[in-house]
Amino acid sequence: MSSRERILGRVRRALADVPPGEDVPVERDYLREHGERTVEETVDLLAENLADYRAVVHRTDAGSLPGVVAELLAAHGASTVLVPPGLDESWLAAAEVTRVPDEASSTPYELDRVDSVVTACAVAVAETGTIVLDGSPDQGRRRISLIPDHHICVVRVPGQVVASVPQALERLDPARPSTWISGPSATSDIELDRVEGVHGPRTLEVVLVR
Amino acid sequence: MRVALFLTCVNDTLYPDTGRAVVKLLTRLGVDVDFPEAQTCCGQAHYNTGYRHETEPMARHFAGVFRDYHAIVTPSGSCGAMVRELYPRMGERARSEGRGDGLATVLAPVVPKTYELTEFLVDVLGVTDVGAYYPHRVTYHPTCHGLRSLGLGERPLRLLRAVKGLELVELPGADECCGFGGTFALKNADVSAAMGADKVRNAESTGAEVLCAADNSCLMHIGGTMTRLRTGMRPVHIAEILASTEEDPAV
Amino acid sequence: MSGTFVGMPAFPAAAREAVRDTTLRGNLRHATHTIRAKRARAVAELDDWERLRQAGKRIKDRTLRHLDRYLVQLEESVTAAGGVVHWAADADEANRIVSELVKATGETEVVKVKSMATQEIALNEALEAQGIHAYETDLAELIVQLGKDRPSHILVPAIHRNRGEIREIFTREMGEWGRPAPEGLTDTPADLAEAARLHLREKFLRAKVGISGANFMVAETGTLVVVESEGNGRMCLTLPETLISVVGIEKIVPTWQDLEVFLQTLPRSSTAERMNPYTSMWTGTTDSDGPRAFHLVLLDNGRTDTLADEVGRQALRCIRCSACLNVCPVYERAGGHAYGSVYPGPIGAILSPQLRGTGSEIDASLPYASSLCGACYEVCPVAIDIPEVLVHLRERVVEGGEAVRDGNKVRLRPAKGHAAERAAMRAARWALTRPGALRTGQRLASRTRRLHPRTLPGPGKAWSGTRDLPPVPAEPFRDWWQRTRGGKDGGA
Repeated sequence: MSSRERILGRVRRALADVPPGEDVPVERDYLREHGERTVEETVDLLAENLADYRAVVHRTDAGSLPGVVAELLAAHGASTVLVPPGLDESWLAAAEVTRVPDEASSTPYELDRVDSVVTACAVAVAETGTIVLDGSPDQGRRRISLIPDHHICVVRVPGQVVASVPQALERLDPARPSTWISGPSATSDIELDRVEGVHGPRTLEVVLVR
Repeated sequence: MRVALFLTCVNDTLYPDTGRAVVKLLTRLGVDVDFPEAQTCCGQAHYNTGYRHETEPMARHFAGVFRDYHAIVTPSGSCGAMVRELYPRMGERARSEGRGDGLATVLAPVVPKTYELTEFLVDVLGVTDVGAYYPHRVTYHPTCHGLRSLGLGERPLRLLRAVKGLELVELPGADECCGFGGTFALKNADVSAAMGADKVRNAESTGAEVLCAADNSCLMHIGGTMTRLRTGMRPVHIAEILASTEEDPAV
Repeated sequence: MSGTFVGMPAFPAAAREAVRDTTLRGNLRHATHTIRAKRARAVAELDDWERLRQAGKRIKDRTLRHLDRYLVQLEESVTAAGGVVHWAADADEANRIVSELVKATGETEVVKVKSMATQEIALNEALEAQGIHAYETDLAELIVQLGKDRPSHILVPAIHRNRGEIREIFTREMGEWGRPAPEGLTDTPADLAEAARLHLREKFLRAKVGISGANFMVAETGTLVVVESEGNGRMCLTLPETLISVVGIEKIVPTWQDLEVFLQTLPRSSTAERMNPYTSMWTGTTDSDGPRAFHLVLLDNGRTDTLADEVGRQALRCIRCSACLNVCPVYERAGGHAYGSVYPGPIGAILSPQLRGTGSEIDASLPYASSLCGACYEVCPVAIDIPEVLVHLRERVVEGGEAVRDGNKVRLRPAKGHAAERAAMRAARWALTRPGALRTGQRLASRTRRLHPRTLPGPGKAWSGTRDLPPVPAEPFRDWWQRTRGGKDGGA
């Protein structure tokens, strides 16, 4: 007998008391979002919660975005920046940096030498201060937003902003790999107190662009 | 209304003053309380130590003794929780073991009629000012089964706040267990004692003369720790505070 | 479970040592009290917390009560997405599968994301025996691995260590394992985290094989979810060419939508955050993003035995948040090591004796490692009634009875060492169903009360070593009642 058959057999014997055809109904009487907010207030909450977990938040409009991105890269002293294949070219138009394309052939060592990365996102969650990347062309492979120490993520507001976790899951495609990011990398492993900055990017800048 | 006092075996044997206080208090509030003399023990210690089958005859005995009363009042949060929370569970278990509905049927009538003392005062009699007088600085420890199983909440505090002359001070870490836990106090004596010592230190830090609770089992553990640590504080059951009046004060 | 724990003393003996260790007591008290208050605040932010908790409970019950169906569905969806599913009935089989998968890649080192399942089966030791080095990359796991220590907490395995001790371990040991700690390392948490970042970086960048567990597996989509903070999880899940995830069969949730409950309750319950810094979700393999090969090892190792117990099976709802540890007054004083298992605290006290059985001294003592105060149940985000299961397992210890071990029904004998207690309980039951017998005992105690000592010899020392006995009153209440009819006949 294979272990598969053995385990499934054990499970079925263990559940002999469960009536055939039984279902356990799950009442979803919890809230779809917490509190009532206008679109504007939801964006404000996102900014507030991102900042609460030490992401640096900037707000601008489409016209000024290239200038803001260029300033942020310059302020960080970045000379190289990783670029997802589908990133809006205008976002980096004002930046004087070397663009490193996101390619399957790049090794982790090569990525480790790049100063910054600029990505878009799939959705942002206001209640938790979370941005979600799903590997779409304007976000690139998962590793490019991980290895560089400086991540600039552009969120289109209010279109990409939802209030809550349930609303975010509704927008995502389970088939795509996703990364939920809430602030820079952190740990609570020393005396159960949170400190920022371990393996992921230690600086996370989120640009809310309208 | 026929009201029975379920005093509990521990109070009957070791803390008769608490029993007298409950009778005095309820009588003063116009309740004609009876003490059915066939009562013994709810079986909590047996049940919680793993002797469920030994507990069943005790629970049946309890149900037989108290069946015909309209309300059953007990000055013990944990014994109250035993009847209210665990008697139904015992009935369920017997049923799922294929022993039929017998036990559940016998126990069912006493379950909703059993009240912890402060619940009975606030919910059934609808009083919070029981006309008590107790001129002391008091801190209150909410015992675990009263707090979490019965959900006594603010009831004891509301009763204490209405006591004339009583200065109520908040106990730091009040929600934390004192470390009694029935046979836990013996089986894990070191951890139990460490919890008790922390509870007593927190109580001492309030500057109160009296630590009050609604369960003498916990108070036995806390009080025994207090005298061993020579704190000078006293453990007092809430019934004795509520029974105390200007005419007939508790000492 | 882990060989590390064989021969552990029973809980009370191990706890006695911990209670006397003032450094340990201080470390645990500081850490648990810090997180307790924060968790309460994070939970209070959601006014539908109790509804989320009940939904989480129901989703897990739905999974468990139809686990066969969901396991088959999960296997289908993971396979369809390009993953390979393996089944492991016990720890040995899981370790064998993983070792062979690693060997097939030709690699001799792997990077690991913190995973309770791989700790439970002692995977690192099994790999080491095959010449494969496993590097733990979670900060707390790293502290434990470098310190040749044992984990003492589910979320923060090095909770028993304070910053000074961690600095000392890093300074002494990092050089042995790779990049040494920076010169003049201080004990500030930020510096310690930086030291871990530098030490592990080279290992992440060269790693070809990653090993993980998972917090959730979605049956309908085949998606796995890892919830973490530091980014070491993302490194292990996305940089290597081969990813092997070892996951307990109970980690399934039926639908994608079900994640909306746990992604709200887990972070708030475990690290007291609205959301943890990083959550990774992946479904099989993705072209040119992440590992090219993905293996899922489904682990039983006592879980189906636990599932067979109608009362005890609720322990399998656990999502390993560790909120129950952080509020437990016994854990706070006894520490995690006393529980003799990778699963310490209240949840460990009900999981270990079910996963491993109650045969050993430590496992038979765990159900008693609780005052039944109920704080664990109150905070549990999937409403596991831990006190109920503790009492149920006490019954199994003292009364024996039917249980399932390794898939077979067995009849357990009552545990040794409880014979005297059993006799006393039986005698007490006899007396306590006979009011006359109780009265006789009470009167005897009252008449001899002047002879009672305030402290007791022999086994009674367990009480009177630290607590005075209450004096026995001159008469029991029932005599006063009989004499005075409740004071109505006068007389006080």
